[in-house]
Amino acid sequence: MRSLMTGAVVAGTPLLYATLAEVIGQRAGVVNLGLEGVMLVGAVTGFVTTVLTGSATAGVLAAALAGALLNALFAWLVVDRRANQLATGLALMFAGVGLSALLGASYVGRPITGLVELPVPGLARLPVVGPALFSHDALVYAAVPIALLMHWGLFSTRWGLAVRAVGENPVAAFAAGRNPRVVQYQALLLAGALGGIAGADLSIGVAKTWAEWMTAGRGFIAVALVIFARWQPRRAIAGAALFGGAISLQLLLQTRGIPISPFILDMLPYVLSLAVLAAWGGTGRRAAPASLGRVFQGSQ
Amino acid sequence: MKARALVTVLLVALLLVPVLAPAQPKLIVGILHIGSTNDAGYNQAHAEGIQVMKRNLPEVEVIEVENVPEGADAERLMESMIKRGARLIIPASFGYLEPALRVAQRNPDVKFAHPGGYKRLPNLTTYWASTPEAFYLLGMAAGKVTKTNKIGYVVALPISFFLANINAFELGARAVNPQVETRVVFTGTFLDPAKEATAAAALLDQGADVLGVIVDSPITVVQTAEKRGAYSVGYHYLGAQTFAPKGWISGVAFTWGNLYTRFARQVMDGTFKSENILGSLNDDLLVMAPFGPAVPPDTAALVGARRKDLAAGKAHPFTGPLKDNTGVERVKAGEVFPLTDLGKMNWLVEGVVGQPR
Repeated sequence: MRSLMTGAVVAGTPLLYATLAEVIGQRAGVVNLGLEGVMLVGAVTGFVTTVLTGSATAGVLAAALAGALLNALFAWLVVDRRANQLATGLALMFAGVGLSALLGASYVGRPITGLVELPVPGLARLPVVGPALFSHDALVYAAVPIALLMHWGLFSTRWGLAVRAVGENPVAAFAAGRNPRVVQYQALLLAGALGGIAGADLSIGVAKTWAEWMTAGRGFIAVALVIFARWQPRRAIAGAALFGGAISLQLLLQTRGIPISPFILDMLPYVLSLAVLAAWGGTGRRAAPASLGRVFQGSQ
Repeated sequence: MKARALVTVLLVALLLVPVLAPAQPKLIVGILHIGSTNDAGYNQAHAEGIQVMKRNLPEVEVIEVENVPEGADAERLMESMIKRGARLIIPASFGYLEPALRVAQRNPDVKFAHPGGYKRLPNLTTYWASTPEAFYLLGMAAGKVTKTNKIGYVVALPISFFLANINAFELGARAVNPQVETRVVFTGTFLDPAKEATAAAALLDQGADVLGVIVDSPITVVQTAEKRGAYSVGYHYLGAQTFAPKGWISGVAFTWGNLYTRFARQVMDGTFKSENILGSLNDDLLVMAPFGPAVPPDTAALVGARRKDLAAGKAHPFTGPLKDNTGVERVKAGEVFPLTDLGKMNWLVEGVVGQPR
């Protein structure tokens, strides 16, 4: 149980950051299928910075910056150049794969200390939940508060209202005095930073190594988790925990010698996601931002 | 008049070309890697082999490309290497086999050497090294070192060669410590460091105090073990031990340098022929890493003695009677499971916790 919870937290944290990144972008009406590439660039930038400076904190900041920069390029393409979001996103993904491999080529196999675990005094001693929840690195501790903060920001602040308005109906938002271009840029820069952090969590938090394409599809899982979370940051916590838990559970079941094929166990996270989606039923008409994926043609 | 002058100039230029152009290398070797050549694992072992070949044969030129996807990209790259003059191509991943076969059929003058394959052509040789003996010896060392009698293995996929390695490891461990249990986790992929870290942590949480690894890069698992104060066993590349200065037990690594030198020489002097090369600890294709500080001298001596027996044929890693982990008899008493049949080993031996498929 302890092992399962620890594993769920560790495997779920990068997914949570990535899902939050996609949520904020999609709330502003932009689908970014390039999240995988953003994560990879974040992962490599974070790792290289950590190697060069010896500071994991600098690594995380650099990863956030790199992710935001890459998403700024994406924003320029889809917001200013009005390029198709899906095609641009896929191109961004492949560009991110190549760029990260190039940047990281001479850093594969370099040892780093990475993010260190900071057990919470007192709480870490609690049985079961102590090691599972209170003996992690700073990025793990920050993930859930950031999700809650984002939830509050989206649903209880004027800026959040503007983001949601742009995602629902940019023309109306424009008429109400909000510039959709500015709002989408803000949302995508924030998304890029979060995506970069998601990557850094993998390279300097979980695995403490850099390898080409080490995100292994997590960027796409996050895009699916957005739908699962119904575009709500709070629900993203549950989604990431469930998916991370399923990954952890399937590995744990194998160590216990459960007589189920490893191939079937490997499908477990995906099967579980399908089961939950089926149980929750349709996404509901009002869940997805109405103008998601549409290009705002301006107001001329 | 003008035209004539131009022709003269051109002719002179043409004559000068051989003088100005750099000397043609005697042989150009093309090598494709599936991953990065500094992964401290599978790919680095091949890359170091090429480095050794270059040192042995400075007249040979190398075209080396990393991170080549298996499939059409590999095929195109091999064709382009041939256009650039490569006469020996090493597609250094199992998954390059089909593209390599197609390119080899189209280019009968170019020689190919493919690792771990099961198909050959007159101009495509296959090579690998048999690892179960080495895993058996690693198992002996680990079996002596473990205190919890639980050993964890993080393995990419349940394919027969890997199952054979795990089985040999467990049998070696049991030979010195009948209580040892090896728990296997399959990650389903050769490269997902974050998942490898989670799997390694799960094994350690289950009480394992030794971790082994069969994925492309052993770094993550070896590092995780070291951080948690556990021991580790490496694979593929000798350099892995730098990630576990305290907990390192030993490892087995491929050393392709002499073989690649041989291939290059054979292509240059025209004696290359298609073979099924299977090296072992007895030749120069496979080495055991030095023992780490965790291994006491008497254990090292014990392992050394068994190694001599294995080399002399006095011992065999798969000696019957052997049962699989569901209780079915797989090797009868007095018989051995031939090392040439490893492709058929689709079971895990008694004492291994894990599902072979």
